[in-house]
Amino acid sequence: MAGGAAPGGSVQSETYREARLWLLLPAWVTLGLLTLAPLMIMLVYSFLTKEFRGGVIWEFSLGAYDQFFFDRGLFGDDAPKIEWTYIGIFWRSIWQAGVATILSLLIGFPTAYFIATRPQRQRALWVFLVTIPYWVNLLIRTVSMKFLLRDEGPLNDGLMALGVISEPLGIVNTNLAVQLGLFYSYLPFMVLPIYAAVERYNFALSEAAADLYAPRWTVLRRVLLPAVKPGIVAGCILVFVPSLGSFLAPDLLGGAKNFMIGSLIEEQFKGNAGNWPFGAAASMILLSMVLILLIFSARQSQKGGA
Amino acid sequence: MPQDREIAIDVRDAVKRYGTFAALKRISLTIRDNEFFTLLGPSGCGKTTLLRMIAGFEDVTEGAIYLYGEALDTLPPYKRPVNTVFQNYALFPHMNVLENVGFGLEMLGKSKAEARARAGEALEMVQLSQFASRKPSQLSGGQQQRVALARALAPRPRVLLLDEPLSALDLKLRKSMQVELKHLQRETGITFIFVTHDQEEALTMSDRIAVMSEGELQQLGEAREIYERPRNVFVADFIGDTNLMEVTVDKVSGGRAQCHLGGGHSLTCDAVDGVEAGARVHMSLRPERLFLSAQPAEPGSLPGTVRETIYIGTDIATIVDLEDGPQFTVRSSNSTRGNARVFEPGQNVAVNMETGAARLLAD
Ligand SMILES: Nc1ncnc2c1ncn2[C@@H]1O[C@H](COP(=O)(O)OP(=O)(O)OP(=O)(O)O)[C@@H](O)[C@H]1O
Ligand SMILES: [Mg+2]
Repeated sequence: MAGGAAPGGSVQSETYREARLWLLLPAWVTLGLLTLAPLMIMLVYSFLTKEFRGGVIWEFSLGAYDQFFFDRGLFGDDAPKIEWTYIGIFWRSIWQAGVATILSLLIGFPTAYFIATRPQRQRALWVFLVTIPYWVNLLIRTVSMKFLLRDEGPLNDGLMALGVISEPLGIVNTNLAVQLGLFYSYLPFMVLPIYAAVERYNFALSEAAADLYAPRWTVLRRVLLPAVKPGIVAGCILVFVPSLGSFLAPDLLGGAKNFMIGSLIEEQFKGNAGNWPFGAAASMILLSMVLILLIFSARQSQKGGA
Repeated sequence: MPQDREIAIDVRDAVKRYGTFAALKRISLTIRDNEFFTLLGPSGCGKTTLLRMIAGFEDVTEGAIYLYGEALDTLPPYKRPVNTVFQNYALFPHMNVLENVGFGLEMLGKSKAEARARAGEALEMVQLSQFASRKPSQLSGGQQQRVALARALAPRPRVLLLDEPLSALDLKLRKSMQVELKHLQRETGITFIFVTHDQEEALTMSDRIAVMSEGELQQLGEAREIYERPRNVFVADFIGDTNLMEVTVDKVSGGRAQCHLGGGHSLTCDAVDGVEAGARVHMSLRPERLFLSAQPAEPGSLPGTVRETIYIGTDIATIVDLEDGPQFTVRSSNSTRGNARVFEPGQNVAVNMETGAARLLAD
């Protein structure tokens, strides 16, 4: 749309530009109302003063962030020390979400590869099978997971019947239970983008690598993985981000000890005991971490992409 | 060409079936060391399939393939000293040109420095040194094809498989690459197995040619042999232009066969095995082995009328109708030095032939 010398052309592009503005309006309104406005509300609330029964007082305060990072003693007048409680919860959340992501990748990649290498007609069926569990509500799936994993559940019964173990493993209320729960909750988000990438992959490239003396694993590492990397990055983000903010799995499977950031935030807005600015501040901190991660991975996949 | 040269590839009774469809129907052939060997045939005849079996990407349904005397069936592709220039290049999109070309060397355990140096040499060979740091997607189709060639040549395989490596090039570049390839083959001493469906390309480049059709080997021989002594109708028709007509054999004696073409026209040519008197068979007459003269016809020539004269540039083709008989195309070089005369449509002419121009085809 470089300013044309011909007057006719520029008139035309003027009307075109105007039309485009109007046509884009719904998109802008949606984006503004559904994404930007809530974010702004969160941002503003995180800088307000808390009301004791939930809600806020309209008075600027850094209190929420201060509470997150610093410990000033019971009456708030001690010399500030670093507050490890919330940073610890954050750290645990990252760890849990990270393990869940790696588990999903380890299981999801071979699954996606398997589906993408089936004959064309079978693929839709396999994809359908992968998504079936997701027709059930997440809460119910998480509760079922607890049922599966508990000491009297089928997993322990089965392993004991087979003689692999002599006592129940006691998985529920551990980090592992949360990791398994998150893994199970978001596995398809790993499988589907990788599947899409592998399906687009030109398998002649693997042949070419094998032809040039690359053994199987080298073909995978040097040719297939770089080619499908954007799908892997997408899958990891789609599993990691919701895992990080998840509260169902940690609440139901992890018990009180294995609290995650999602539960912390949820608590601030539940009932009368909450602290809205603090919840908003924790959300903003979570959001900025996710943003940093996204920017980093976008850089990465740009570097590797086809 | 010495016959006792070491055998590079020995295909014995190889059959390839996809389900019930036989892509290759019992092919046997041997390819000699240091030979420029061409697989020639129309699309879908099984050329790529045969190459893929040699490279190890398809298993052999029946029969066996030997590489320098060693059975290939248990050797995975990455252990075969064979490299391929793929029909659709298959360059690694995330590596630059130099990395692509150096990949095989690196896999062979060469040091990074040596791999780079030799990859650079290979790029020089295909005149793409200035593109070393580009990604394949930033190259034209022809340049990509040359990168694929350099990549396959760089590890110096014993056998190089080339699947229509010149098909993306324009005529001029194609001709110069043909010369270049031929030169490369002679210089490196690598056995080339070259696939094409272009008969002219096959004739100009090959030491020997295997003509294939519908999964079967039709004829194997040197270019001259295949062109001048085609064994059957398919080969005669597929290689070069020819006048193909059905004739009846009247008499076979003394190694000569007398045949008539219909309309009372008859001619004599070399007899071939398996063609008896009374047989109805095909005859091939190469248009450039025929020449025209003004009537009245001399004995042994065929009288007819010019229907059309076609200007081709290097040649002039004249289409002649024999009286009550078949139609002939006669080709003469477009030169003022020769005695070729250009006749006008409607003129009466006589079609003459050089000795050996007419060839009977057994099937
Ligand atoms: N994987 C496959 N499954 C079924 N049939 C196949 C398969 N691969 C090839 N064919 C068939 O085998 C025959 C030979 O194929 P091939 O690719 O060898 O032909 P080609 O001679 O290389 O042809 P072109 O000149 O078009 O490349 C074709 O009829 C093709 O349809
Ligand atoms: Mg082919």
